[in-house]
Amino acid sequence: MTTRFFGAPVKRNEDKKLLTGQALFIDDVELPGMLHAALLRSQVAHARIKNIDTSAALQRGGVIAVYTAEDLGAYCQPGPLLVPPPPVPGIVFNLRTHVPLAKDTVRCAGEPLAIVVAESRYIAEDALDDIVVDLEILPAVVDLEKALEQDTTCVHADLGTNVAAHVRQTKGDYRRAAANADLTLKRRFRYEHGISSPIETRGVVAQWDARAEHMTVWDTTQAPVFVRNMLAGALGLGEGQVRVIAPFVGGGFGPKIMMLYPEEATLPWIAMRLNRPVKWIEDRFEHFVATTHERGQIHDAEIALARDGRILGVRDVFLHDNGAYNPYGLTVPINSQCTLLGPYVVPAYDSRFTSVFTNLPIVTPYRGAGRQHGVFVIERLLDLAAHELNIDPAEIRRRNFIPKDAFPFKNEIIYQDFAPLEYDSGNYEPVLDKALEAIGYADFVANEQPKLHAQGRSVGIGIACYVEGTGIGPYEGAKVQVRANGKVSVATGIGTQGQGHFTSFAQIVADQLGVDVTDVDIVTGDTDRFYWGAGTFASRGAVVAGNAVSEAAQAVRKKALKLASDAFECAEEDLVLADGKVSITGIPEKFIRLGELAQRANPMRGAVKPGTEPGLESTQYFGPSSGSTANGVHAAIIEVDPATFEVKILKYVVVHDCGTVINPMILEGQIHGGVAQGIGNAFYEKLSFDEQGQLLNASLADYLLPTSLEVPRMELDHTVTPSPLNPLGVKGAGEAGAIPVGPLFAQAIENALELKQRKIELLEIPLSPSRVFELIQEGGREDDKT
Amino acid sequence: MQSDLHEIALSVNGKSYRRVVESRMLLSDFLRHELMLAGTHVGCEHGVCGACTILLNGAPVRSCLMLAVQADGHELATVEGLANDTGLHPIQQAMHEHHGLQCGYCTPGILMTMTAFLKENPAPSEAEVREALSGNLCRCTGYQNIVDAMLAAAKAMRGGAL
Amino acid sequence: MKPAPFKYVKASSITHALSLKAEHGDDARFLAGGQSLIPAMNFRLARPAVLIDINGLSDLAGCAEVEGGKVRLGALTRYCALERDGDFLKSCPLFADALPHIAHPQVRNRGTIGGNLSHADPASELPALAVAMQARMHLKSATGEREVDASDFFVGLLTTDVQPDEMLVDITWPVQKPRSGACFVEVARRRGDFALVGVAAIVTHDAEGRCSEVRLGLCGVGETPVDASGAASPLMGEKFGDKAVEAVAVGVRRMIEPAGNVHATPDYQRHVAGVLTGRALRAADRRIAHAV
Repeated sequence: MTTRFFGAPVKRNEDKKLLTGQALFIDDVELPGMLHAALLRSQVAHARIKNIDTSAALQRGGVIAVYTAEDLGAYCQPGPLLVPPPPVPGIVFNLRTHVPLAKDTVRCAGEPLAIVVAESRYIAEDALDDIVVDLEILPAVVDLEKALEQDTTCVHADLGTNVAAHVRQTKGDYRRAAANADLTLKRRFRYEHGISSPIETRGVVAQWDARAEHMTVWDTTQAPVFVRNMLAGALGLGEGQVRVIAPFVGGGFGPKIMMLYPEEATLPWIAMRLNRPVKWIEDRFEHFVATTHERGQIHDAEIALARDGRILGVRDVFLHDNGAYNPYGLTVPINSQCTLLGPYVVPAYDSRFTSVFTNLPIVTPYRGAGRQHGVFVIERLLDLAAHELNIDPAEIRRRNFIPKDAFPFKNEIIYQDFAPLEYDSGNYEPVLDKALEAIGYADFVANEQPKLHAQGRSVGIGIACYVEGTGIGPYEGAKVQVRANGKVSVATGIGTQGQGHFTSFAQIVADQLGVDVTDVDIVTGDTDRFYWGAGTFASRGAVVAGNAVSEAAQAVRKKALKLASDAFECAEEDLVLADGKVSITGIPEKFIRLGELAQRANPMRGAVKPGTEPGLESTQYFGPSSGSTANGVHAAIIEVDPATFEVKILKYVVVHDCGTVINPMILEGQIHGGVAQGIGNAFYEKLSFDEQGQLLNASLADYLLPTSLEVPRMELDHTVTPSPLNPLGVKGAGEAGAIPVGPLFAQAIENALELKQRKIELLEIPLSPSRVFELIQEGGREDDKT
Repeated sequence: MQSDLHEIALSVNGKSYRRVVESRMLLSDFLRHELMLAGTHVGCEHGVCGACTILLNGAPVRSCLMLAVQADGHELATVEGLANDTGLHPIQQAMHEHHGLQCGYCTPGILMTMTAFLKENPAPSEAEVREALSGNLCRCTGYQNIVDAMLAAAKAMRGGAL
Repeated sequence: MKPAPFKYVKASSITHALSLKAEHGDDARFLAGGQSLIPAMNFRLARPAVLIDINGLSDLAGCAEVEGGKVRLGALTRYCALERDGDFLKSCPLFADALPHIAHPQVRNRGTIGGNLSHADPASELPALAVAMQARMHLKSATGEREVDASDFFVGLLTTDVQPDEMLVDITWPVQKPRSGACFVEVARRRGDFALVGVAAIVTHDAEGRCSEVRLGLCGVGETPVDASGAASPLMGEKFGDKAVEAVAVGVRRMIEPAGNVHATPDYQRHVAGVLTGRALRAADRRIAHAV
């Protein structure tokens, strides 16, 4: 079998539609009689709702309906727990989920109080001003440490505490490790990840056909199958009565998988009641509070090392900002907890976190999903240790790498897929070597940097390593079908938000069936086309759905060869499948087109043999036993203006290993995009909440996404250590670029300004010119070194 | 309050339109929902992201910061007018060749900004391309491939191979 | 984010526009470039009952030389027109430095200098230029007209001296004097963002090469642009030198009261104001040497 497409930088099938403005995005859905919704959102973070008076809004011309929680009645239920907590012994978990429209209490700014349905979005927004809300404002819980103090206000009064969860995981014996250490270092770290802020916000369109008793929902969700199942359950419909379509989606990055958002829950209910289609498009201002965030953690972390820099153990106690509700369980802090271990041998680990309820928007995974926080802690601890022990920062990492013959490597603690964390494969040293070579590490440190310093320029270098758990289950499925015209149609349950599934999956099928990649049509995100699946998240699309597509394509290939061998009365080994036909090896004139075979597989007469199915198609599923671990090293040379503390990235290198690569061009694009978001996280994007839980910078003018002038040209390289956990050997890559950029910036800026020598340490992200200035003014460290 | 309605006549991609619009209708909404030219996308409605960029008499502007009534008497160009019967515009082709788009949502705005830019600057440096691009936000690509595509498109339009 | 309803009128003449403004006062706003007004309307922070579109009033745009070594710019002159006007940029070189910092090309294709100055955002570059260059604003109403110095024009946060029935119709800028150099520099989080601190500096030498005049205008460090020229006394009558420049920077730091914002602390703004004062003055002085 030739592999003409797999592994090649094949140009994308989906581009033409997107480039010519013909791709259907959610706001492009236009239906006859369609109405428009707008939500009245709380301006305050914590309040008791005394009254909501919608009468004036109902009087406004063009307004069709206004609903509050009261109108929803029994439909207004707290949502389910989407991701149960992992089976960690001794875990404390207090579930509190959100309702579609606020009932009795508002717990974060942005929580919806009412929904208006009108002839246009313009009129709907006019009507929002008509609604009179009487709130009794309560103190807002914003600070993580204050939230845990005695007699503090509770976000959930009935709970009596702001503890959403408490998890402790250990391996080995940290106390003994620390007792035997030549050096222990303890620091407090603060890491804040920002919001996904895709260029397309969220949206929902719901259409109810009363006669067919069928609901169609267009939704920018990353998980259409789950949304379909949840909606059917909530509305009292059979799953077959609900179709969820995720059209082209303008960027997902994680928060578009949270469900059911209030708008996802209410719009279908409204469509049934009004018997007219209803559309809601989130505007940018709403997005800042209406779509989930990732936010901050405070870590008090300690590392114990031997004199040669080997890690003996790590102890970490951290607080995690959960937001007002926790439908998504503990994915983010568990990832922080597990990813902290990185590519290193950490014999003893004691990690404890408290997830804290706050009066702020819900926190759910955003590209990296908590890994950033853990990676920041370990990478900074290693940098500080390197400085103390007078070991080069790259060298201290090398000394701690898990050796290549130690895989699968058991890290014991429980990961987000509920299994003990096990790294399936990896070979870390060559990745570091390539990165050091590409950035010119040795020469920079020995020659370039001293030269630049002599010229009065502050230029520094940073290196950061990480391991990323990817490709977790539960499973995905795919159906591959050869059509009568010889083209191949593929459907899978996940959605697509720009990752190139229409091409990468086509490559897999094209090679198996000997057709051109442009002759493979992929459908994702339509629950009528494929019934089962989980969704795009946790860097799993290529791994899990990709393997399902591969299994299905192979099954179809087998069928095609069997049909052809029956037709030619020859052995299957004598056949070749290429250019859309099956032919006998060496006798190209003897061939049958695939389309013809498909037709023969659905005969009008004769018998379909027992044990076979009609058609040239197959549906297969793939569920990995556990996630596979990708890894990478980022290196950067950054110049800092020593007076204004503005930065300029002079060179940026990524070396990455995600196993077998399906499409290197698409992979590089994912890395570029991830790094750009990482740069935003490290130095530009900061959510500024005040003490009342109000977001002060809810606009793109003040929430700073990096532009083409902030993101540098990157040099990429990769190594290939296939995963033994799936037939294709692939590992996920979607989040990789975003993960280590924070510690990279901290290290390079410290290096550029020689801050460690001045006893100034950068222990927080995001940074900014003003923040760096402030930290230098404060001088030294305030908190305890011991 | 009665709607404040105005009749407007304009041309978009060379085709003439005559419509009655409410004064407050944004040009971006008019193009997308009245003229059904949904290729122009809306990302922020406060003039920062650039997804809504179109050409007004050949100059790139943010259509979310204009009212439809202001377009009366003017010539607009949107992404739907770039390709023609013979195929994609060189700038579109270059974006395809260089993987300059992922989700594609910011893409139409970038195409319009850069078509105008390359017309006035047929041989830009990378720095100039990045500066011209800086008013269009992209969250997926990290810009590198877009920059490569623009440099390649510039070359192709000067007569070199793509 | 859709604007609240309003009545739209396309003004057919300046007189028409002014009579509408006289009739509606603060309930009416002029629509020029719309690059500040329409975002505010989309956020529903601005809700004018009447929008007077003045984009058709071509008399309000353009650049003309005025006797006494000045240039008069119509309020409706768009940034992009100035960017292309090489003669103007030579006469008023601070604009050459400042214009590229104003937002992005798409905004500069529509935005007008009159709109910018009337909006009076404290972080905006042009008000700092107006104050440094000692521009003069010409205001008209249905019943009269008057001129206001830039130093009296910006009265508070986002507030100018323009009365409810008035329109800013043109602004007169002195042309750069002989033996002068000018420089505008700013620190912003990203190119095109509002300045965290911006400094416009003009240095003029006498025939012996000593500083005879120094003008300094800052943006971002107060509710209005700050005329910091008074802090330049260490340089007056002196040959340009590091010690004097440093003293000026210290003086500037002392005289401003920056409020800080989500991107910068007041201390950072104060610190950077000093740094940029030094950089702007040095660059302005270097440019004198080159001009001669």
